[in-house]
Parts: sequence; C-alpha cells; structure tokens
Amino acid sequence: MTVRFRLTEEQRALRAGVRQLLERRFGADALRAAVARPGHLDRELWRELGAAGLFALRLPEAEGGVGLGLPETVLVFEETGRALLPGPVLASHLAAGTVPGAATGECVVARADGSLVEWLDAADTVCGDASGALPLRSVDPLTPLHRVLGAGADAPDPVAVLLTAAEQLGTATRACELAVQHARAREQFGQPIGAFQAVKHLCADLLVRAETARAAVYAAAVTADPADIAAARLLADEAAVRGARDCLQVHGGMGFTWEAEVHLHLKRAWVRAQRGGGSTQSEEALAADLVA
Amino acid sequence: MDLSYTPEEEEFRVRLREWLAKVLPTLPAGPSPDDWPGRRAYDLGWQRMLYDAGYADVHWDASPTTRLIFLEETEKAGAPYVGANFVGLLHAGPTLAAEGTPEQRARWLPPILRGDEVWCQGFSEPDAGSDLAALRTRARRDGDDYVVSGSKIWTSHAEVADWCELLVRTDPQAPRHRGITWLAMPMDADGITVRPLRTLAGSAEFAEVFLDEVRVPVAHRVGAENDGWRVTMVTLSFERGTAFVGEVVACRRVLGELARTARENGRWDDPVLRRRLGRLSAEFRALWRLTQWNVSEAEAGGGVPGVGGSVFKLSYSHARQELYDTAAEVLGPDCLDLDRPWVLDRLSSLSYTIAAGTSQIQRNIVAERILGLPKGR
Repeated sequence: MTVRFRLTEEQRALRAGVRQLLERRFGADALRAAVARPGHLDRELWRELGAAGLFALRLPEAEGGVGLGLPETVLVFEETGRALLPGPVLASHLAAGTVPGAATGECVVARADGSLVEWLDAADTVCGDASGALPLRSVDPLTPLHRVLGAGADAPDPVAVLLTAAEQLGTATRACELAVQHARAREQFGQPIGAFQAVKHLCADLLVRAETARAAVYAAAVTADPADIAAARLLADEAAVRGARDCLQVHGGMGFTWEAEVHLHLKRAWVRAQRGGGSTQSEEALAADLVA
Repeated sequence: MDLSYTPEEEEFRVRLREWLAKVLPTLPAGPSPDDWPGRRAYDLGWQRMLYDAGYADVHWDASPTTRLIFLEETEKAGAPYVGANFVGLLHAGPTLAAEGTPEQRARWLPPILRGDEVWCQGFSEPDAGSDLAALRTRARRDGDDYVVSGSKIWTSHAEVADWCELLVRTDPQAPRHRGITWLAMPMDADGITVRPLRTLAGSAEFAEVFLDEVRVPVAHRVGAENDGWRVTMVTLSFERGTAFVGEVVACRRVLGELARTARENGRWDDPVLRRRLGRLSAEFRALWRLTQWNVSEAEAGGGVPGVGGSVFKLSYSHARQELYDTAAEVLGPDCLDLDRPWVLDRLSSLSYTIAAGTSQIQRNIVAERILGLPKGR
C-alpha cells in the first residue's frame, strides 16, 4: 500500500518531536529574552540543537548524521520557522559534513546569500564571499544582517531556497493560528471579532494561502525539481508575508505593538523573502520554463 | 510523502492513453455552442464510447487516484468534457446510488452509464442561491403523486434533459432544512416551461425552469419525505477532491500557450508580464499538488472532503480569473475581439468565484468549519 502524498506516521512523529523540543528550549520567555539581546546567539542552545541532529539531518548515518531526506528536513525547517528560532540554522545545516563542527553545533556557520549575510558576527566561519561586508541596522531584531556591496548574483542553491520556503510555511501556519486565536478571544460589539465576516474572511484567506503553499513545498521536497522549488518559494513567501500582515491586521492596535509576537513573524518573513535572489529570480525561472 | 503511482495505476494510465489515441481521431466534430440537441447527442455519444470501453463508471467505483489519472489523461488528450452528462454522472447518479431503492437504482443508473439519459439539477431558485435552504418550490401530496409548483434557476442542460433532480418543500411548517424532499422529475411532464438564460458571454448555458402543477409520482422520491436536505448533502462530498482535475490540467496548457504567444507577438520582452506568467505557473503547479494532496487524503479516508474542497476552490477560482486577465494582457487590443482565443474564456471565468458557492460563502465555510470561528454576521 502506497503512502501517497501525505505525511507518514514517522513524519508526523518527527514533526511533533521537533515542535516539543523547540517549545521546551525556545518558548515564549526565551523568545522575549532573545528579542531583548539582538545579535546574541545562545551557544548552549545551538549545541543542544546540534546534539538533537538538527543540522545533520541529511548527513548519512555513516558520517554521524541522521540520514533523513529532503521531505523530513522540510518538516523540521517548517517547525524552526514556526518557532522563530534565531540563528543561522539554514547555513549550519548546509555546512554540515563540509565544515568541521557545523553538524554538532560546535561551530556556528554563516553564509553569504546574494548581497546579504545573516549572523556574520556571531559565526565562527562564513561560507561564500563576505569580504567587505558592512553591518546594517536590521529591521528584524532576531536576525543581525551584513550587506556585501557589489556581490554578484550567483544562481541560488535550490536546497537553500526550498528550506527557506519551508520556514516561510511555518510562519504562514503560525500566523494563521495566532490570527484565529485572537479572533476567537477578542470581543467587540458584544461578540468575538471572529464572528464578523470581515475578520473571518481574513482568517480564511490566511489558511487558503498557507495550505496551497504547503502542497507546493511538500511536493518540491519530494521531487527536488528546480521549477517545483521555485513555485514553492513564491507561494510560501506570499503565504508568510501576507499571512503575517493579515495576522497583524486581525490583532488591531495590539498587532502594532512591540510586545505582541506578530511583528516578529512579519519581519522574519521579510528577511527570508530576500534570500535566493528574491521572488524575481523564481518568477523569471518559471517563466523561462514555460517556453523551454 | 510519495508522488508515485502503483504499477496497476501506471498500467491503467497506459491503457487509457492507447485507447484515447485510437478513438479520439474517430470522433465527429463538436456541435456549435447553441446547438443543444447536437450537444446532447455528442456528449451522450462520448459517454457511450466510454461505456463500451469499460470506463463509464470511473467517477463512481474507481479509487480517487484512478479517477485523477482518468481526468488528467482525458484532458491532456483533448477528449470531450463530461458536458451534458455532468449532473447524471457527478451528482444525481451518486445520490441515487447512495440513497435510492434497488428499483430506483436499476431504473436510473444504467441509462446514465450507457449514455442514454441526461439529467439536470433543480436546486437553486431566484430567492434561494447561496442560501439554498430558503427554497420555496412547493410539493403537495395528491394520491400517488406530488403536485409541484415553483421555479428553479441556473439549470444547465434543462432544454435537453430527460430527468431533473429536484429539491422541493414538502413541509412549510418545519424548520427550513427539515421540510425539503428530493424528487426525480421527468422533464417531459406537463406544466414544465424552460426558458434559456443568456449569460454575459452571450451563450445560453443554462435556463430558468418554471413548474406549474407538475405531477411527479411519489415512487420518484429518493429518501424519505422531508429528508431531502440530508440526501443532497451526502452527494456534495462525493467529488472528493477530483472536481477540478481537468480544469487545472487545461489551465497549465493555456499558460504554456500564452507564453508562446507572448514570445511571438513581442510582449514577452515585458518583464512585468513575464513575471506575472511565472507567478501563475507557480500557482497552477501548487494547485495540481493540492489536488494530489486532497485525493490522497480522500483515499486514506481522512480529512473533510467538502471542506478541503473549499480551500482548493478559493485558490483555484482566483487563479483562473487571473489567468485570463493575463491572457488579455498578452493579447493587447485583440482582447476585445470575441473571435480571438481566450476572450470568451475570460468572460466565462467571471463565474468561477460565483458558481457552486461564491468565494464569500466558501470563506465562511473555511472559517467556521475548519478554523472553528463562531457563526455570525
């Protein structure tokens, strides 16, 4: 009996396990603490994540890795994205097996992606050309950024683009959950604001975009086809960025505060949307594919 | 997560492809859009060919994945659409199969499969659209008959149908959902007037049906009296995620044609248009994957088919309208010429966010039944 295009029991268990780990080690208090110390990377947490296999997911077991495939890795990155886990998770994952210590979390790895480098100062080493990188005042308090002026636009690594899409999917899912929670709890005019169609429809669209993106991201993880990956990133970027904005809108005035979690999701989604050449690159790739 | 098919399914695909390659060149030319008897004969003829080849019941008995393959391959090969057989094969038929008596099933199902009889749907009314339970067409008992009076609207193929699956109110005093009954009405009965409705695309795709003291035998009632709402709802979840398979395949083909046309007429040099086409390609790729996802969920017996369908329909209807708006951009001034390709499709696409539940109703369904938001205004 074929499993078909849905999660296996093992995949569900993996997702639940990662979610539990992140809730335990990076819960609401840790998130607040991280926002209060921009640029600081919790090295102890990093080693714990390494020990849990987060960076060595796709490394063969013979090389000390977990030996999983892209679909499982996508599920894990969806969770790190959902939890707003700070740090160069993607760069460390991509470096596992080539940069000593990256897999275990002993060595923190940053990565030049186009003209941006995340977490450069906190990293022990950097992959790609980050020479002359200048710090900028990052819009996202949980992602310190450097700008590399004059960096060439290399063809993006499809795996990096896919795993970024997975993180965006996590954000989209979380934004939908937060919006729905608030719409059910917050009362105005004597009823939950989620009873009003204007609010209800914002929430419905959040889910529709997230679930459409989910199908694209999971399928791209199965096929690893570059066009599927480009499609996944476009859908996931939109689901995350528009999702976080709609979530903010549902939260009303509270959504505009520093205190509410919502802005962190939007800002992180903006950062990720710049990776891999941005949406332009993916749209052009898919257009070219249409006439190939 | 797996996107592969079983050897049996691959074999089904290959056999179907071979058969289509053999029979499609033998088909007569399709009828003109307003030739209703021609349409009926053509669509029934195609169903008869499917029947003779053993594919007639693919919508009923096959697994969702087999149905997906059937719809994908027939669309790719350019086979005729289900057309006038739509209500019989995809709505009234499955309802009869699930809720009919053995006699009713024996009377009505074989002619649908063989391509002998056409069904139409008498559900919506002028004052009962999204709010279907507000329907007012009245049926009173008179001996062995129901006597039906009222009017129905948006009835496709009414002019050429043999039967109508009809929802009527049999108990005006009961709560709205509890006073409705499902009847099979013969379209040649006295008292039925069919008036074609012209759509904004200029064609008469559906009709209004006026019923004046039409006698329908009680033996034509499916399910119990006043249980028609439940009988109907059984079928609404029947499509199980495969409702738009052919359309998504067709949209992806149109997208390729748009790109090639843009290359030929020079509009391809416009990066804004190119990127718009690229984004549409992403959306239709995603919609194809979402279809596969929904089919897998249906097959595993999980999920809530009707509700997962709402997520799909919201995404799809928006994307398809966007597709034809982009076609207009590719065409430039030619988009005003009804004889150009895609211009009529653009007009037809305006119905996608309305037909079979408006996007606003679909959002209510998603918000209330999936997200658990409270009912309200």
